[in-house]
Amino acid sequence: MRKIAIPIILLIILLSVSLNAQNPSAREIIEKVDNNMSAVSRVFTSKMIIHNPRNTRTVESRSWSMGENKSFTEYLSPPREQGTKMLKLDNLLWIFSPSTDRIIQISGHMLRQSVMGSDLSYEDMMEDPHLLNHYTGKVDGEEKTGDRNCWVITLTATSTGVAYQTQKIWVDKDHFIPLRKELYAKSGVLLKRMELSDVLRIQGRWFPKKMLFKDVLKEGEGTEFQIMDIEFNVKIPDYIFSKASLKK
Amino acid sequence: MKLLFKLAIKNLTGAGLRTWLNVIVLSFSFLIIIWHKGLLNGWDRQARNDMVNWETGTGQFWQSSYDPFDPFSLTDAHSKIPSVFDTLITKGEIAPVLITQGTIYPRGRIQSILIKGISSAQRVLKLPGELFLKSNDDLPVLIGSKMARDNGLKTGDVTTIRWRDVHGTFDANEMKVIGIFDTNVPSVDAGQIWVPLDRLQKMMGMPGEATILVCGNFDTNGRTPEGWKFKSSEELLKTVTDIIKMKSAGGIVLYIILMSLAMLAIFDTQVLSIFRRQKEIGTYIALGMTRSQVVGLFTLEGSLNSVLAALLAAVYGIPLLALQATKGMSFAGTAKSYGLVVADKIFPVYSLGLVATTIILIMLTTTIVSYLPSRRIAKMKPTEALRGKLQ
Repeated sequence: MRKIAIPIILLIILLSVSLNAQNPSAREIIEKVDNNMSAVSRVFTSKMIIHNPRNTRTVESRSWSMGENKSFTEYLSPPREQGTKMLKLDNLLWIFSPSTDRIIQISGHMLRQSVMGSDLSYEDMMEDPHLLNHYTGKVDGEEKTGDRNCWVITLTATSTGVAYQTQKIWVDKDHFIPLRKELYAKSGVLLKRMELSDVLRIQGRWFPKKMLFKDVLKEGEGTEFQIMDIEFNVKIPDYIFSKASLKK
Repeated sequence: MKLLFKLAIKNLTGAGLRTWLNVIVLSFSFLIIIWHKGLLNGWDRQARNDMVNWETGTGQFWQSSYDPFDPFSLTDAHSKIPSVFDTLITKGEIAPVLITQGTIYPRGRIQSILIKGISSAQRVLKLPGELFLKSNDDLPVLIGSKMARDNGLKTGDVTTIRWRDVHGTFDANEMKVIGIFDTNVPSVDAGQIWVPLDRLQKMMGMPGEATILVCGNFDTNGRTPEGWKFKSSEELLKTVTDIIKMKSAGGIVLYIILMSLAMLAIFDTQVLSIFRRQKEIGTYIALGMTRSQVVGLFTLEGSLNSVLAALLAAVYGIPLLALQATKGMSFAGTAKSYGLVVADKIFPVYSLGLVATTIILIMLTTTIVSYLPSRRIAKMKPTEALRGKLQ
């Protein structure tokens, strides 16, 4: 009897270990997502295609960001917006407009306003938060997004001050990239939806080069955000994140 | 003096059409100046009354961080309502208002707004807060007619509203428009919605807090709780006062033009009279009048134009101005769209002081203008004047 019991127990332990290996915890998944999506610093050129009910506009920009709180963006086109620069330090944002040659500061609720009529807020565009710092997750199950197998995870805020109390993310099982995101209000109302695609391997990490943002409360087809080129963990001079660089 | 007065009247009426032309032009000046000033007075009174009734009350306590011209200040501009005001709030003598920013999505469009919470028990402002008591909706909302028009909202409409709580986390809900009020004060109407105070406090996670406290008719006795600052009615109405002052200053240009036209006519008449009536002047002096008496006669003749003008203006002006004071003047909402506190109809207010000062001002100016050319008489030689020789 003893001869049979020991192998059975060993088999059960082995099976559970192997099952756990196949089903990583929510925390592990989020950690891997953070490793892919966030970086110490990022420098990228992007194209934002805003689909309004009446027209479609394209805005190109180059951005530098460091951690969660420092970000600098310069618009490259269209000609009307060229030279407009934005600097975000913590909860403060300064915008320099070359046509008026003035710097204006916005903060608080204004940061949640849409950027140039897009579906992105200034916060969405300029912040790079680590999910693990602000959320705890729960794996709800598995689903297919397109042809990719995904973990469905519900993230619940652990700290106050985050924009969205709850998020639901569909994380690619192989690449650990969220391919879909739903952002919810405290009351449970769905506010925004994001679809991420064109996942490529860049500097040893997977990263989506195309994102579609949709403010679901608003009319329109959403805003496409395309990364043209991106570099991670590059050294960015400190002067970039100073107000003086806005007028340079 | 009596003789001079009689002579002046006789000469004036003898001048016929020339006198009446002067009098008619001057009477227009009387009427337009009084009407314009009366209109501004009416606007001032109406705007002040409306501001007090709809927005300012008799004064306000502001949370120390609150700055109505700086939307950034709203994030921090909220504090517990001081307990010393509890009784007055219960009686409805103080209306606490909590203000925050939010976004609504009428017809799928995104619109930034101010969310203002006000107690349904308040009696300080004319906002129909009692409608909240009749509503069973989760988030009942009152909006002004301009806000309703601008966003295509009507009573019973339901739309999504999004805001951030005290910690900055997004929240959203469906709001229902339960009433639309009509006000002349755009600053309580445009770009904002009114919700029950307790509901907004709950939404924001700010129980018992407010941004401003609007005072009714009671004496604050100079007591200002710590962390709050008091704004008197005069301070709160300063914008309206400044606009009216600016409009009054602009009106002076109109008065100068009108008065210049009338005075030019009188001056011209006086110069012509002195030129054409040299023999008469010589005769007066030959008969024993002093030069200054003759100057006085001509000055009196000129200034009597203003008396006749005042009488004429009274004849046709009083009915006209009275009619306008009762019927009002319609501005059909044009000024309101510029954010000014203007009623659809303004009723001019003509005070006795306004009429008296206008009459005195015009009479004084006419007398001076009449006197200036008359001074030449003093330099005339009576013998030459009698011969009608040009001097």
